[in-house]
Order: sequence, then C-alpha cells, then structure tokens
Amino acid sequence: VRRSIVVDTTARLISQTAMVLSLYLLFAGHNQPGGGFVGGLVAGAALAVHYVAGGIDDVRAVLRIRPWIVLGSGLVLAAGTALAPVVLGAAVLEGNLTTVTVPALGTAKITTALAFDAGVYAVMVGLAAMIFEGFGEPPAREAGRS
Amino acid sequence: MLLTVVYAVWRAGDVLAGRPISTSVVWVDRLGLSVALRLDGFGLLMVLVVAGIGVAVMAYGACYFSPTPRAARTAGLLVLFAGSMLGVVLADNVAFLYVAWELTSVASFLLIGADHEDAEARSSALHALLVTGAGGLAMLGGLVILADQAGTWLLSEILAAPPSGTATGVGLVLVAAGFMTKSAQFPFHAWLPAAMVAATPVSAYLHSATMVKAGIYLAARFAPAFAASGGWRPAVITIGLVTMLTGGFRALRQHDLKLLLAMGTVSQLGFLMVLLGTGSAAATVAGCTLLLAHALFKATLFLVVGVIDHEVGTRDRRQLSGFGRGWGGVKIATAVAAASMAGLPPMLGFVAKEAAFEAFTGAGWWGPLVLSGLVGGSALTVAYTARFAATVLARPAAGPPVPGPAGRFVAPSLVLASLTVATGIAAAPLLDPLVTQAAADLDPRAHEAGLGLWHGLGVPLALSGVTLGLGALLIAARRPVQYLLAAITPARGAADAYAATIRLLNLLARRTAGIAQNGSLPVYIAIILLTTIAVPSSVLVRANWPGWPVVAESPAQVVIAVLIAVSAFAATVARRRFSAALLLGAVGYGMSLVFVVQGAPDLALTQFAIETLTVVAFVLVLRFLPAEFHRRRPALGVPVRVAVSATVAVAVFAFAIVSAAARQADPISDELIERSLPEAGGRNVVNVVLVDFRGLDTLGEISVLVVAGLGVVALGRVGRRQRPARRPPLGREEQ
Repeated sequence: VRRSIVVDTTARLISQTAMVLSLYLLFAGHNQPGGGFVGGLVAGAALAVHYVAGGIDDVRAVLRIRPWIVLGSGLVLAAGTALAPVVLGAAVLEGNLTTVTVPALGTAKITTALAFDAGVYAVMVGLAAMIFEGFGEPPAREAGRS
Repeated sequence: MLLTVVYAVWRAGDVLAGRPISTSVVWVDRLGLSVALRLDGFGLLMVLVVAGIGVAVMAYGACYFSPTPRAARTAGLLVLFAGSMLGVVLADNVAFLYVAWELTSVASFLLIGADHEDAEARSSALHALLVTGAGGLAMLGGLVILADQAGTWLLSEILAAPPSGTATGVGLVLVAAGFMTKSAQFPFHAWLPAAMVAATPVSAYLHSATMVKAGIYLAARFAPAFAASGGWRPAVITIGLVTMLTGGFRALRQHDLKLLLAMGTVSQLGFLMVLLGTGSAAATVAGCTLLLAHALFKATLFLVVGVIDHEVGTRDRRQLSGFGRGWGGVKIATAVAAASMAGLPPMLGFVAKEAAFEAFTGAGWWGPLVLSGLVGGSALTVAYTARFAATVLARPAAGPPVPGPAGRFVAPSLVLASLTVATGIAAAPLLDPLVTQAAADLDPRAHEAGLGLWHGLGVPLALSGVTLGLGALLIAARRPVQYLLAAITPARGAADAYAATIRLLNLLARRTAGIAQNGSLPVYIAIILLTTIAVPSSVLVRANWPGWPVVAESPAQVVIAVLIAVSAFAATVARRRFSAALLLGAVGYGMSLVFVVQGAPDLALTQFAIETLTVVAFVLVLRFLPAEFHRRRPALGVPVRVAVSATVAVAVFAFAIVSAAARQADPISDELIERSLPEAGGRNVVNVVLVDFRGLDTLGEISVLVVAGLGVVALGRVGRRQRPARRPPLGREEQ
C-alpha cells in the first residue's frame, strides 16, 4: 500500500475522535441518543478510516485482537448478561441498577443493560472487522497467494 | 460424575421409598416450556448407569489416551455427553427431553468423527447423525402431537393419563421412529457397527452402555401406558426379536473383536426392546435388570478390547495368539463379563435372563412365540460370547510374550466385573429395592421384583438349559454354521440400504436445486419482490382508502425528497458499479436526513453509520468485479424489470398509507415510554427497548450478525481460492 503522510495523520485524528465518540454513544445510550448498535457502527467506521489509510494491515494493527474473537466474545458477553439473572433466580434479562461514584467525575447510574449493550457493541465492531478481513485484502496479494 | 453417583446414592432413599424428586425452572411459560426434571426409580437406575459407567470410562481414558489436544477434546465431549444423557433420563418436559436427546446425538457425532482426517470416521459419524437425527426429528413431531393430545408438556402427566385416538397413534409411531433409530433397532442398526471407528472408551460409553439405551429408556417409559393400544406390542416385539437375531448372526461372522461386541450390542438392544417395550409388569422388571447387567458386562468387555488394542496393536481375532503373564486381570474381567453375557450363573446376566424367560411364561398365546425367539437369540449370544472369550482367554502361542498392561489400565474393567459378580450372587439384597422401584415407577402394576439365582425347577431354568445347549451346539458345529451364514447373509445389507438412500437424496437435491436455483439474480429478485407484495396486496384491495396524506410539512422535506429521488433514479442508470454504489449510499444518507428532520436522532445516527459502512463494504467487494456492468443481455428484459419495480413501488406506497390509517389500538410505544424510566432506569426509550424490553430479540439479532460475519469471511476466502480457476466470478451479473 502506498502511504501518504497527510492521509495517515488525518486518519489517526479522525479515527481516534470517532472511537471516543463511539464509546460515548455506548455509555450515554441508556438516556440519550446512542447505544451499542450505533456505538459499534461508529467504531466500525473508525476502522474503515484506518482501512483507507493503510489497508487491512492497519486495521489488524489497530484492532490487535482477531475479529472473530471480538465477535464471539461480544455474543458471549450479551448472552451471559441475559442468562446471568436466570442463574441467580430471576427472569431472563432482568436488569439491575446501581449508582457508583467515580472520583472527580461525579456519580453515574450503571445498569446491567450496559453490559448487554457492550456485547452488542463488540459484535458490531467484530462484524465490521470481519468484512475487512473477508474482502479487504488487495486483489494483487490474493493473486500471489492462490 | 463421581459427584453425581454420590448424590444419586444419597438421595436414593427418597426415590426408593416411592417419592420422586422433581424440580422445575420455567422457561417460556405460555408455550409450556420449562426445564422440568424428575428423578424416579427408573431415572435413578439410568443415572447410576450413566454416571457410574462414566466414572469407570473416564478413569480408563486417562490411561488409554496420550495427553494430546485431541484427547482433551474427547474428554470434554464425553463430559458434555454425560450431561446431556443425564438430561435425557431426568427430563420431565418433553421439549427439554428432545433437546437433551439431540445433544447426545451431536456429542456422538463429534466423538465418532474425532479423527476428522479419516474419511471413514467422517462418513460413519455422518451416518450415525443422519439416522439418529432423522429419528429424533420424527420423535419431536410425535412428542408435540402427544403433548397436544394430552394437554400437557410433562412426560409424567402424559403417561399418567394417556390420550387415545388416531392422532395419538400417529404420534406414537413417530416417537417409536425416534427410539428405534437411537437404539439401533432393525433396519436402522447399521450405524452402530459403523460407529466403532470411534476410540474404544467412547464406544464403551456411548455405543454400548448408555446412549443407545436412550431409545430403550423412552420405549420403557411409553410402553406401560400405550402397549395395550393398537399395534404397539406386536410391532415392538417383532422388531426387537428381529434385531436380536440379526445382531446375533452378524456377531458370529465378525473377526474384529470390537465389531463382534458391537453386533452383540445390537442383539442385546433388541432383547431389551422386547422386554421393556412389552409393557407387562414382569417383563419390565426383567428389562430393568438386563439393562443394568448389559451396561456392566458390555462396558467391561469393551474396555478389555481397548486394552488389547492399545497394548498389542490389533483387535483382529485371527492375529491374536493368546496372552500369558501379566494378563491375569484382563482374563478375569473377561471371564466374568463373558459369563454374564452368555447368561451363566452366578452372574447378573443369568439373573436377568431367568427373569426374562419367566416374564413370558404364561403370557398368553404369543408367549411361546416370543420365548422361542428369545431362546434363539440367547443361544446365538452364547455362541458369539464363546467366540470372543476363546480369543482373549487363549493360552499364549509360541513366540515372544506380549507384556501385560499397567494395573490402573485394567482396574476399571475389574471393578465393573466385580460388580457383575456381586450383583449376581447377592441380587436380592442389592438390587431388589432399586429394580422394584424402577419397575413400579414405570408401571404401577409391577410387584416385588424377587430377583435371585435360584427360582427352583421350572420353565425358566429349563429354557436356560435349552439356551446353553443350543449355544454349545452352535459352538461345536461352528464350521458348518460359518459356511451356512456366509451363504445366507448378504454382505452389507442395511448399510447398503443406507448408502442407496443417501445417493437418492443427493440426486433429488441436485435436481431440485437445478430448477429452483437457476443462477439468474434478476429472476431471484423479481420473484422475491413479487411474493413480498402479493401477500399484503391481497389484504390491500379490500381496505378503505384513507385519502391522500399531507404532501410535505416543511420545505426541508421537499428538498430531501428530491435528493433521494434523483439519486435513486441515477443509481438505476449508472454505467459504473462504483457510481451506482455511491448513489445508493446517497439515498441512505437522504433517509437519515429525513429522520433528523422528523426528530428521531437515534434512527438518524444509526442510518448514517450503517450507510457509511455499507458503502465501504460495497467498495471492498467491487474491487473484485469489473468496473462497468456487463453489456450481456440479462434474463429479464428492461420492460419486465421496469414493470416489476413500478408494481412494487405502487404497492409499498399504498400499503404504507393504508396501514398507517388502519390503526385501531393505542400504539404500544406510549406504554413503553411510560415504563422506560421507572422499570429500566433509562430515558432513551429506543435503547431501553433494544436492551431491555425486547432484549431477547436483540440477542437473536446479534447471533444472526455473528453468523453473517462468519459467512462473510468464509465467502471472501472461498471466492479468493477459486479465483484463478474460473472466469470472472459472479459472471451472470445484471445488465
């Protein structure tokens, strides 16, 4: 991949902002527009920016974990959150609410739905990465490989 | 598993006093689905067999397998199997029973096919899965019919008040198909010998002692309630006897010791089916005893074969030349288990066989018929047992002696063998309470089991004598018998029938696929679209037209609508694929603008992000395709396609207007908005619906996404692999 320093720098700037935004969307989701689906999609878009800048290698370098592992752990996390109440003797997906105080940031309400949403988020990120993994390799390299 | 045994023994007191333990976790209340478990006498018997043999096999497996990742996988699968098998014998809800039942089939498939580089292992695993899976599906249908007829999903309640009628009859036939395939009854028995490619501990556990008994288990559950009705008793007894004789004859022809045992298992399963499928109290008692006896002696013999195979490297009786020093333990275990299999006193097998003969003495006009079949089958058993024992117990021939196996390798089989002896000699004190309660929980008419070695001179003892005599005759005349068998038995029989069925199915599938999937994308899409609008339109023609809606509420909407319309039209006439993809993206962005204007930030955000990723995905895929659309004539001409598109557009438009005006109840969103903050602690109702109120839907959706993601990678890789072999991929693109 031919790299351009301007594209590289811009990409890093945009993708990092987008990542922060996606996390904000994930956490704010319960009370404001956002949520795991949107957050994950935005994070996927951030990966796309990396793809534009440096191809599949850049995406792999940023994500570090293999996409199917992200995908699978997302599903496990969501399913686990859904089933955990059953083990504890409540209905499937029954939520719980606690308030925690983070020093210097103030208080926040945390629900178990957040963990579920985080699972959704991971699935979306994993899915985006899977698309790059499936179709993202440059045709030239494939010809050499096969 | 040891814990299970300990727990089962601990709670045995309650169960044996006639108080079944039951527990239930509600799953989907309205559908009657629950994880209902019930431990009664018969369940306890099965639990002890499943967990007890499981402990022995696990201890044995530690010596049999060398520590490799594959062995670890096998151990994990064995535990999975043990769990599902316990689920089968404890389930009280028939839906849960089915799930556990299929899990055992899946575990069996994975264990048979453990050596996935071996074509024979793969095809055997598939054979087992297809036969038991098809039977399982039939059984699911049957169980649903029965549950519907009885008005309850609980097995214990269905059996307590059995329904009757034609539908029930159909349901019973379907259930019977399930347990007949699972227990390898004739003519489905061929999968069991094929399954012997699995490692010996697996064969010992799944394919002799436990899993194949699941079918027997279910037959035993249903028999007392339904045996008297219709053709149940003649059909089950006939199939059982044919299975028993077929297995016996086939066992006599085997040289591979493991296959010999497998055929013997088929034969014994037929025997068990006769006993537990008859539904008479005495036969049920005999069946429970034989079930225990068979699990003990057959597991022992399989473990012995595994030791021989492991130490010597072959299990072909023509290549084995006897065993000398260091093989004492193996020989003792073999002698005891073989004696039990042949039905010699004082082993448990003898006790069971006596009880079986007694059960059919004086059973009516059909009693002697069944008895003659059982005696014939048992005589064959004596003969093939002798064939087995003669090989293992033989004195060593000349040549270097084979070193004996390690002590802890033999210990599990010795433990099982000692149980065979102990329960045989002391049948009354040890087994009477268990077997009596097991039979009583199956069939309330059952009385005290009264097991024992000596029942006085009577018909059963005489029949045992006849059996041994016939067996001895078969052994003495083994050469002529072999010639005779070679002449009359077809080479493969049921296995051939299976292969032919599979060939036929594949042919059928190819033909149908050729017609239904002709490879033209425009035709596919046209069919899908027209079907989609045909169904709502049939309602639409009868609906009242509510009048035209307001054209636009603000200038912004007009601008956006024009933008969307222009991009959509441009996309249809674009020559380059890339431009078409971008124009489609523009349509999507236009939609998200609509959402912004209408005050739905969540939707707008999602639509925006989705559109971005879709365009990226498009671009990725487009690199594999030529830049411009093909000029080739497509399967559907331009007029047809325009007509289809226009029809769809009109129908969707009309449907949107009519359905928006057709609302009769208050929208559910009011209630959801009201409950959002107090119940789920969130102010964003969209997100609360996703993760809380409709959380299960979301879980289902992300599962689909995961599968789709896996599909994407697989598709991408497969496409890449085939690239050089073909001309442009996806060659029959539109335009």
